[in-house]
Amino acid sequence: MNKENDILERICSLLGPFNKEGIALTRDTNIATDLELDSLAVMDLLAAIEDEFDISVPLNMLPDLETIGQMADAVEEIVQEKK
Amino acid sequence: MDLFDKFLPLIRDRDALFNTGGPVPTGICMDEIVSQTVAIIDGRETILAGTNNYLGLTFEKKSLKAAEEALKAGGTGTTGSRNCNGTYSGHKALEAKLAEFYGTKGAMVFSTGYQANLSMLSTLAGPKDYILIDADCHASIYDGCKLGNATVIRFRHNDPADLEKRLKRLGDDVNKLIVIEGLYSMLGDVAPLDEFVKVKARVPHSYLLVDEAHSMGVMGETGRGAAEHFGVEDQVDFIVGTFSKSVGTIGGFCVSNHPHFDILRLACRPYMFTASLPPSVVASATTAIDTIKNSPHLREKLWNNAKRLYSGLSEAGFTLGAEPSPVVAIKVPSLEIAFSFWRSLIESGVYVNLMVPPATPQNWYLLRCSLCAAHTTEQIDTIIGVFIKIAHDLDLLPQATEAVNGNTVSINGTLPSVAGAKRAPARRAGGAAAATG
Repeated sequence: MNKENDILERICSLLGPFNKEGIALTRDTNIATDLELDSLAVMDLLAAIEDEFDISVPLNMLPDLETIGQMADAVEEIVQEKK
Repeated sequence: MDLFDKFLPLIRDRDALFNTGGPVPTGICMDEIVSQTVAIIDGRETILAGTNNYLGLTFEKKSLKAAEEALKAGGTGTTGSRNCNGTYSGHKALEAKLAEFYGTKGAMVFSTGYQANLSMLSTLAGPKDYILIDADCHASIYDGCKLGNATVIRFRHNDPADLEKRLKRLGDDVNKLIVIEGLYSMLGDVAPLDEFVKVKARVPHSYLLVDEAHSMGVMGETGRGAAEHFGVEDQVDFIVGTFSKSVGTIGGFCVSNHPHFDILRLACRPYMFTASLPPSVVASATTAIDTIKNSPHLREKLWNNAKRLYSGLSEAGFTLGAEPSPVVAIKVPSLEIAFSFWRSLIESGVYVNLMVPPATPQNWYLLRCSLCAAHTTEQIDTIIGVFIKIAHDLDLLPQATEAVNGNTVSINGTLPSVAGAKRAPARRAGGAAAATG
């Protein structure tokens, strides 16, 4: 498993409690429309991601984080910057 | 294609809820204000239990007199912004009064509390700075962050350890503005300011802004708010507040000891590009601050009312916010129940706020009461009685609470021995039907 998939996997497991309908999660799954997370739930998810990867994900990035893939890419980028 | 297409889901939701006949929350019109605690709504005398008018100063005699005199002397409005023709001697006197009250070097007055937060949040922190906001902060704080260029991080509500973790991730060599509220308006919970200031002290280049909108007049020996209550005012860098709650009028302010605080008058856009407060509003606010300072008895009455309402509802079996405070929020299971509960309250002559997500934390549906020092004990008991009656009608309180020490709850009169009400197990008073009152 490469690193990017690892990040995706970890985000998917964080999404577990939010995925009440048990929808299959892929890179293209849209957090708001497919999983029906409202703005508060998305911010809670962000906090969980921050703690999982020990990074800061500013609220300013939210408009660009619509899919799980976009979230994984953002996390990857922030983790790299930190190094 | 229509410009308003994006609102279609909202229009559908509104119509589904509102087009069922009867009063709607956004359509409430106070036809006559009888007193700080009573209004005529739809021809009905209604107890106001959701107005943020904590100390009941909207009809305070000295404030009224000062406003009347200022109205006659200065006219109905300033027609100008503070930096142009909108600064009168009254505005300067109000800022001096605020600085004296809070013991700070600087004080700025804004046209609303919303603009005070928009100003501070959008201006204090720039593109290289960070703002850390409590998750449950008011919309004006979120909006202020959006208006500015800082990087915004959200930490878990009332959780100093979570804040510290997030502060440390950002490192020591950047400016960090921490934003919390003294008393949160949705559930009435108080920020552990004593803990937050310790976190701030441990992290270099961090600043603390406390929004005392709901705690000013309500907490602290002289009513300065939560920071005074916890004895930590010297560790707070900026206090933001509003005149539209305890002060009883409209407007906002910020006080600070920062040596360059005054430069914000030339940098805060929501301060610069709006007209200043009218002289009458300024005069009543200035007068009310003295009243707040000198009226510990009003705070005592307010808290006694709050505790009475909280314990009465809690003992009846309602799910409430964590602690008694002048904001008492009753949680209900769904939007539909919240709405029909709210409608029944209005039709029973009790006005409270219906609060729904995303304004509420954790997607809760809330019937939010705010208390007033001017509420009488009888009014509080009537509110409790009405709540219990409606909850029974809607089958929301599984444990029968209509039998209160053997007395039947009546919504028309006062509620006898509420303080003695037992949550469970309830005795059914010989064959009395639920909520016959």
